[in-house]
Amino acid sequence: MEAVYEKYFRDNLPHIWCPGCGNGIVMSALARALDKLGYPQDDILLVSGIGCSSRMSGYMDLNTVHTAHGRALAFATGAKVCEPRLKTFVVMGDGDAAAIGGNHFIHACRRNIDMTAIVINNSIYGMTGGQFSPLTPTGKRATTAPYGSIDRAFNLVDLAKGAGATYVARGDVFHAAQLTNLLVEASRHKGFAVVEAVATCPISFGRYNNIPEPADMLFWLRDNTVTVQQAAKMSDEELTDKIIIGKHFETEAVEYCEEMARLLADKQADNEKAGDENEV
Amino acid sequence: MGKKFEVVLNAKTCKGCGICTALCPKGVLKIRPDGKAEVAEPAACIGCQSCSLHCPDFCFEIKEVSADD
Repeated sequence: MEAVYEKYFRDNLPHIWCPGCGNGIVMSALARALDKLGYPQDDILLVSGIGCSSRMSGYMDLNTVHTAHGRALAFATGAKVCEPRLKTFVVMGDGDAAAIGGNHFIHACRRNIDMTAIVINNSIYGMTGGQFSPLTPTGKRATTAPYGSIDRAFNLVDLAKGAGATYVARGDVFHAAQLTNLLVEASRHKGFAVVEAVATCPISFGRYNNIPEPADMLFWLRDNTVTVQQAAKMSDEELTDKIIIGKHFETEAVEYCEEMARLLADKQADNEKAGDENEV
Repeated sequence: MGKKFEVVLNAKTCKGCGICTALCPKGVLKIRPDGKAEVAEPAACIGCQSCSLHCPDFCFEIKEVSADD
């Protein structure tokens, strides 16, 4: 194991993820990103919800909380407001973030609280047996959609941007080095950063969609991803079924913890002033 | 001469998914009869880190070996 992984992982490996699971690749990308960022391990908070991907908090040697289904962002918001020094990362699966925690997700985006939300999108509810999720692409098969899903999928990038997130990016596990860089950039960004990490689930997604081999799933990602720069030159027809990777959006807005600190300081000053007047 | 690399593979945590053998550009890695990966051509490694970046079970360590060795 590379030294960087040894530093950030607890010694309870191998993990429970299936052979060829994309979650492991995201976890190694996160470890390398943390190494590049150089935060002390005691200052990093990793919060996760429920699902395959959310097992990550059990394997990483940081301050970790494994919370309720869909509520990872709510727990993380509480922790961050109490301890603004914590560099907060929230790991969620696609179902956890977009379905069960959909409301928490959009409202966390709206508040613009300084944390990095990593949504590992494997297009399926892997842990419960492969039901289709809000991010399963239209037409793809799942155990609950044996003839192909007729639902339209969320575009998580547009959803996050529309809800008010100030940094939105998408990476994938084939381009693992780029994913690392996106995580570094997202963490350095002041405000709510969303990184969608498109991952592979060979067991619950691949087997039903004629790509059962983990390596073939990675090659499928390689062949179906285009960068933001390439996508700008392509027509909508060419972009059908393509995954656009890279940094999509970045802006600046008032950060929630700072605003709360300002409000508290203001009110404290007001109270002290009122107290002084009463004494006179 | 180019740089030389040593591939350290921890077969204990390998689950035999086959990602490393498919991604290696130089055919350094092969699948053992039991399904796990093995280092078949260590001398061919160019140190691209593809296996280390993509292994979901963190089995690889690629070390650069100094030219004198």
